[in-house]
Amino acid sequence: MRKITISLLTIFLLTLFVNISFSQEEPLPPSEVKASDTPNDNGHSITVTWKLSPDDGAGKKNVVAYEILRSDNPEGEFEIRGVAPAGESRFDDKGAKEKTDKNYLPGHKNFYYKVRAKADKTFAESEVSNPAFAYGQWYHTGKTTVLIGVILFSAFALYFINLARKGKKLFVRPLAGIEAVDEAIGRATEMGKPILYIIGLGSADMIATIASFTILSRVAKKTAEYQTPILIPCYDSVVMAVAQETVRAAYLEAGRPDSYKEENIFFVTSMQFAYVAGVNGIMLRERPATNFYLGKFYAESLILAETGSVAGSIQISGTDEIAQIPFFIAATDYTLIGEELYAASAYLGKEPVLLGTLKAQDWGKALVIISLILGALAASFNFQFFLNLFRVQL
Amino acid sequence: MRREVPLAITAIVGFTLIVVYFIPHPPFNHFRNFFEDLFFIVAAFAIWLGCLNLLKVNADRFYFKRKGWPFAIVVWFGFFLMVIVGFWDGRGFMNPGTTFYYLYDILYYPLNATMFSILAFFVASASYRAFRARNKEATMLLVAAMVVMLGRVPFGYYLSSWLPEGWRLGNITDWVMDFPQTAGQRAIMIGIALGIVSSSLRVLLGLERTFASGE
Repeated sequence: MRKITISLLTIFLLTLFVNISFSQEEPLPPSEVKASDTPNDNGHSITVTWKLSPDDGAGKKNVVAYEILRSDNPEGEFEIRGVAPAGESRFDDKGAKEKTDKNYLPGHKNFYYKVRAKADKTFAESEVSNPAFAYGQWYHTGKTTVLIGVILFSAFALYFINLARKGKKLFVRPLAGIEAVDEAIGRATEMGKPILYIIGLGSADMIATIASFTILSRVAKKTAEYQTPILIPCYDSVVMAVAQETVRAAYLEAGRPDSYKEENIFFVTSMQFAYVAGVNGIMLRERPATNFYLGKFYAESLILAETGSVAGSIQISGTDEIAQIPFFIAATDYTLIGEELYAASAYLGKEPVLLGTLKAQDWGKALVIISLILGALAASFNFQFFLNLFRVQL
Repeated sequence: MRREVPLAITAIVGFTLIVVYFIPHPPFNHFRNFFEDLFFIVAAFAIWLGCLNLLKVNADRFYFKRKGWPFAIVVWFGFFLMVIVGFWDGRGFMNPGTTFYYLYDILYYPLNATMFSILAFFVASASYRAFRARNKEATMLLVAAMVVMLGRVPFGYYLSSWLPEGWRLGNITDWVMDFPQTAGQRAIMIGIALGIVSSSLRVLLGLERTFASGE
């Protein structure tokens, strides 16, 4: 019995030893290490690929990661550039473009790579790769789909603009929110109360804010004609400056430059809820007949719209912030949903050239719908070639 | 000239940025940052414009005793209090432990949170108005909203736990959110994307020029 126990203990200890020595055994190195310029970049990155070590996920199963080493001399000293987890066979050695940066990777200079398969305490290095240098590309091939889309859409737009210029009548469906603008301004005039126009929390470079400026111009022209004051509290000082110029130009065009009051277009604050408090105060003190909320809005949308509703104002809203659209629909009388905000300026102007771009938008939508149907069919039948046509690499 | 120069700048910068999007090669890849830096410089100067405007408007309100003139005193007091305290604290005035930070923490944050919390009550009042069954569409909205609201709370689970899996309120809620809701949102998103391209094109081609103070 004692002999059996000793034998079993010996076998157990031997097994343990073999296991320990096994885990400390060097893994087999990765092979076929290749270096090449990273495509579609500014010329400061090299991509390294390799064939996984036979002990990665198989064999001894002791590879835990790969270290990627770089040198400008195949015989020289290599430095670690990064680590890839086990199972990974690609690494982008991204360097900085500034010469002063420690991580600077110069373009058009040859570099050599080695990949080290790491076990717990040991490692095995691959052969040195081929030389490779980084260089920038003059065209991003991953964005070809976007380029085709831009060209197609621009072609549609130019075609319809040209058609409109030739005098072709273009039908545009009526937008209730825009139809209500005149009525809302008329109501304010009858009541002798001001109009409150809120451009939102967007900065002047946002397209929703630019669309809002265009609508503001038309609204201001009407208020100038009707001699109704318009109040514009601003969240952004650049937006305030542009709004002042827009309203001034509209008053000038309406032949009422003397009625323009710069103090009615003022800066409140750039703090979201402090701005809301300020505007709510104006609503409850001035009781404007009409409130316009057109532009970029976030969490403040409902607080503003509900306060306006409490103040008894007619409210017209429009934003391209999807999360805020339901709030505006619930709390205001008319809402311009998403793209309608952009269409509003063209619609208000009734200029054929502007309506032409709306028609192009419709054709763009038709193309998107066709692509969606074809894409759904291609995905259902695993037709990868078609799906890859729409893939965009950023 | 006053109108043409801004339009020309807009067109040149806009088309350059479109080209830059497709060319990663230097020097094109630096253009975007360059134009962004220019915008921030202009915006930094505009902050002064905003501050001066704020003080002027409130000074006028106080001087002419317009409606709500006592608030103008509060604005002036708050503005100069923070400016003086900020200068007093010197560099790093926004670091924890400074007087500026203390005032910000005990005054601004609670006021901000108070304004934000009002949202909860406004959501209730807006929902009350929106969910009235006035017509067929509003009734559908009401039913969907009730299902989603109940499906999101434990009460909804208890209410429908006797139903087979897949027909409980939680399952219906997930279906409403994953399919009709997502489909609707994506449709709006696609429309917005096309609208942005269309508007940008109008601006770049100089068809829409109100931002440059002229129609």
